[in-house]
Amino acid sequence: MKEDFPLLKKTIYLDSASTTQKPNQVMQAMQTYYEEYNANVHRGIYTLSEESTKLYENGRKAVARFINAPANKIVFTKGATESLSLVAHGLQLTEKDEVIVSIMEHHSNMVPWQQTKANVKYAPMKDGKLDMEALEKLITPATKVISVGHISNAIGVENPIKEIAQLAHSNNTLLVVDAAQSVGHQKVDVQELEADFVAFSAHKMFGPMGVGVLYGKIELLKPLVTGGGSILTVTTKGTTFMEGPHGFEAGTPNVAGVVGLTAAITYLEQLGMDNVANHIQEMTTYATSKVVDLPHIKLIGQGKGILSFTVDNVHSHDVTSILSEQGVCVRAGHHCAMPLMEVLGINDCVRASFHAYTTKDDIDALVKGLAQVKEVFA
Amino acid sequence: MNMYQQHIMEHYGNPCNYGTVQDCTHQHTDFNPLCGDEVTIQVKVEDDKVVNVGFTCKGCAISKASTSMLTEHVEGKGVEIVKNIKNEDMMQMLNIPISPSRVNCVLLGLVAIKKALYGVEHAEH
Ligand SMILES: Cc1ncc(COP(=O)(O)O)c(C=O)c1O
Repeated sequence: MKEDFPLLKKTIYLDSASTTQKPNQVMQAMQTYYEEYNANVHRGIYTLSEESTKLYENGRKAVARFINAPANKIVFTKGATESLSLVAHGLQLTEKDEVIVSIMEHHSNMVPWQQTKANVKYAPMKDGKLDMEALEKLITPATKVISVGHISNAIGVENPIKEIAQLAHSNNTLLVVDAAQSVGHQKVDVQELEADFVAFSAHKMFGPMGVGVLYGKIELLKPLVTGGGSILTVTTKGTTFMEGPHGFEAGTPNVAGVVGLTAAITYLEQLGMDNVANHIQEMTTYATSKVVDLPHIKLIGQGKGILSFTVDNVHSHDVTSILSEQGVCVRAGHHCAMPLMEVLGINDCVRASFHAYTTKDDIDALVKGLAQVKEVFA
Repeated sequence: MNMYQQHIMEHYGNPCNYGTVQDCTHQHTDFNPLCGDEVTIQVKVEDDKVVNVGFTCKGCAISKASTSMLTEHVEGKGVEIVKNIKNEDMMQMLNIPISPSRVNCVLLGLVAIKKALYGVEHAEH
């Protein structure tokens, strides 16, 4: 399958949790859109604009099918960060409200909540996982929202979303799920998860940068961005907004991006999501088995496409620079999860992450690179 | 070409002026928020001269080696000299290919000593 990904011919890419590489099919679909269909959507009463609108709305249907949601609950955004910001802002929380997030969240599922008037509480971890008992104890009648990641981008832990949904819903609390690391990595059925909102980014699932999705009870939200394209009527006295997703998609949308996302979904569906998930798991297990016995490596987290670790006495930036000299791309730093790093008692770590195109050869190159790190710092 | 050449690894493994300066007249701690590198520089100035300088750090080999070289360079010299050290001078001192994402590691010690001597507002990045 590497043949489909031009950049994978040049590099050993183990940073898919940051962004995945894109297959030709996705890039070709976007190119074709601009060559044959480019026109603004929902505006022109001419064939080209109608075709463009149809492609855009077909994208919404494809996303809906992919995560088992009704299409009128799918809002396009520019990414998971904007989706999460839209929910946090859109719920118009007050000083009396409480929000619970987990301590392992990506900054994008922490900072937007901190910007609201609500009191944000942090559910701790226990034995490398979310502490469910502690989470339950944090819930009060004032808890309006629980927002958690489906899979941690830093340590690969999968959170028990259905259990959290039960806790939330028995308290009339909304459950928001940051699914940036799960959609496109395994089968995600938003109704089965019983999530009220789900956020993710196209670029982490073979799609282009600049497109994301918010699924959920959008009727509870006030729009974050307003203007043309989202209104029914505008007078000098006021404005009425469109119902449904279009009320949240003011301005000319990223149609080519949505076309690319649609092609990415088709690509993933052809691979089969169970196959994708199994392959990611196999690569994670293989990588863990190769690294776990290296005496200079300390594992920080492993699971669901993520292997994070520290190297004794070597800063993660030095590790990645040396790996980079060997043509291996991995990520170093705090992984946009500084509170989690603090809990883990580290400043930073190295993260290798895998997707459907990862091979054992890629992982062997990583292991070889780690031997080189040891040699340089001997 | 490789960043981790022998002279860098020597400064990293055996840095010059590593440690605190008890009777320092100026000091500053600076961070690189991207990677969490942290450098503390302490300087003792007498008659406009750097008579003693020391540093401690948490972080990568590049920031440690470059701060080590920097302190070696400024010790015993007039404080004016520190003011005139440019980012390019640091690159020359290190004499290794620096990838764009590592430039801030190289400059952390320089930023810290300028802030220590001239105050936060006078230290240009
Ligand atoms: C778990 C998680 N949440 C949110 C985000 C933010 O995604 P984006 O940068 O595409 O908005 C990321 C990506 O880094 C992530 O891994």
